[in-house]
Amino acid sequence: MPVPTDPSPALADYAHPERLVTTQWLADNLGAEGLVVVESDEDVLLYETGHIPGSVKIDWHTDLNDPVTRDYVDGEGFAQLMAAKGISRDSTVVIYGDKSNWWAAYALWVFTLFGHEDVRLLDGGRAAWLAEERETTTDAPSPAATDYPVVERRDEEIRAFASDVLGHLGNGPLIDVRSAEEYTGARTHMPAYPEEGALRGGHIPTAESVPWARAAAEDGRFKGRAELEAIYSGEKGLQPGDDVIAYCRIGERSSHTWFVLTHLLGYDKVRNYDGSWTEWGNAVRVPIATGTEPGDAPARRA
Amino acid sequence: MSAATAGPAAGQGGPTEGLPPALAEIVEDFHAVSEPERLQLLLDFSRGLPALPPRYADHPELLEPVPECQSPIFLLTEVDDDADRTVRLFFSAPPEAPTTRGFAGILAEGLDGLPAAQVLDVPGDVCSRLGLDRAVSPLRLRGMTGMLGRIQRQVRESTAA
Repeated sequence: MPVPTDPSPALADYAHPERLVTTQWLADNLGAEGLVVVESDEDVLLYETGHIPGSVKIDWHTDLNDPVTRDYVDGEGFAQLMAAKGISRDSTVVIYGDKSNWWAAYALWVFTLFGHEDVRLLDGGRAAWLAEERETTTDAPSPAATDYPVVERRDEEIRAFASDVLGHLGNGPLIDVRSAEEYTGARTHMPAYPEEGALRGGHIPTAESVPWARAAAEDGRFKGRAELEAIYSGEKGLQPGDDVIAYCRIGERSSHTWFVLTHLLGYDKVRNYDGSWTEWGNAVRVPIATGTEPGDAPARRA
Repeated sequence: MSAATAGPAAGQGGPTEGLPPALAEIVEDFHAVSEPERLQLLLDFSRGLPALPPRYADHPELLEPVPECQSPIFLLTEVDDDADRTVRLFFSAPPEAPTTRGFAGILAEGLDGLPAAQVLDVPGDVCSRLGLDRAVSPLRLRGMTGMLGRIQRQVRESTAA
C-alpha cells in the first residue's frame, strides 16, 4: 500500500507533486507502514556520520553500478539490493542525499529504470533536514529481508546511449547541464573536481547550456514551477511534448535535470544520457562543438 | 567477486611491502576486518584527523588544494632542519567530506613525523592496498593517491639542495 502523498501547498503547483515530499511530511511519516527512506550521497561515508532515523544507505557507485561493465546492475542485482534494504515492490521509497540531491535524483532515476512505481525525493535533501536541526542517528537499521521480484531493466524510455544521441542531433533538443567552463571546452571536469579522464573538451553540437543548479534555489530545494518554466520553456523554448536528452559528465547532475523536466514540469519524453561527457569526450570521430554557441548538427555521412 | 580483488596483484609481495611501520600497521588493520567494518575504520580516521594549528588555521591560503578529491581538501607539509629532515603534515577538510577526511587521517597517522627519505619512498599504489576498492570504489581512492603525490612533491621540493 503506498503511503499517502504530501499535500503541502509548496508542492501543489508541480506537474507531479506526488514525486516530492517536504521535510515536515517526512518527519511526520517516519516509521509509516510501507515507507522506506533511502540516503544516497556523493560521499560514501556521510550516511555513517548520521542519517535520518530508520533510513538505509544506497551508494551510487558500489550498489547501483555494475562492478565490471560500465552499466547499472541487472534485474537480479537490483532485486538483491532491494531485498537487502528491506524494500518491497510496493514500498513507498523516499530518497534524499547531499549536493542538492544529485545522487538521490540519480538513484531515483535508476529505480525508475526498474519500474519501481512509488519513488519520491525529499525536497532540499540532506542539507535541508540538517538545517532544520531535525533528528539524526548513527544507528544503522537492520531491515528484515524482503522478497523483491527480478524485474528486467527498461532502458529505452528514459536512458539514451551514444548512438541515440548521434541520431538525435538535429532532430530534437539536447541539454548540457554542466558548468559554463565545461560547456565551452575550457575544462573537461567540474571546477575543483577530479579529472575523470575526458580527452576532449566542449559539448555535443546543438546542445543548449542549462547548468543543473539553475533549477535549485539557494537552500537546495527546487525552484517553483513558474521559475522553472521561465528557464526551460521561456529561455530555451522547450515544450512538454519534446523529445529531450540531458547529459553532464557521468549522468548524475543530468538526473537532477531529468527529474525537474519529467516530474516537476511534466515532460513525458526526457532521457538521461548517462555515458555523458566521459564517453562523448573520449569517443573517436564524434562531432564536438566548442565555445559558447550550441553549434550546428553535422551533415550526415553517407 | 573473489576476495582476491581486495589485495595486491599476484606476483608482488604482501600489501604492506615497502611501507613504513605506521602505514603498514594501518594497512594490516584494514585487512583484519570485514568490508563494512573497513568503512567504520575509515570513519574513525576521519574523526581523528587533527585540526590545523593556529598558524595555518588563520592562513588557509598557505595550503595547497587537492583537485583530485571530490571534496575540498587542502594540505601542507613542513620539513624540519634536523638530520632526518623530519616531515610534518597538515590537512584541512570539512566535516561533510568524511571520506576525504578519512584518507587524510590515514596519511597523517601513517606518515607524520617520518624522515623525508621514507616519505618519498612510499609506493604510489599504497591507496589501493587498503582493501577499500569495493567498499569505497577505485574512483574515490584516486583522491587519496592525489594527496600522496602532492605530499611527496612538496617534500621533494623542500629537500632539494
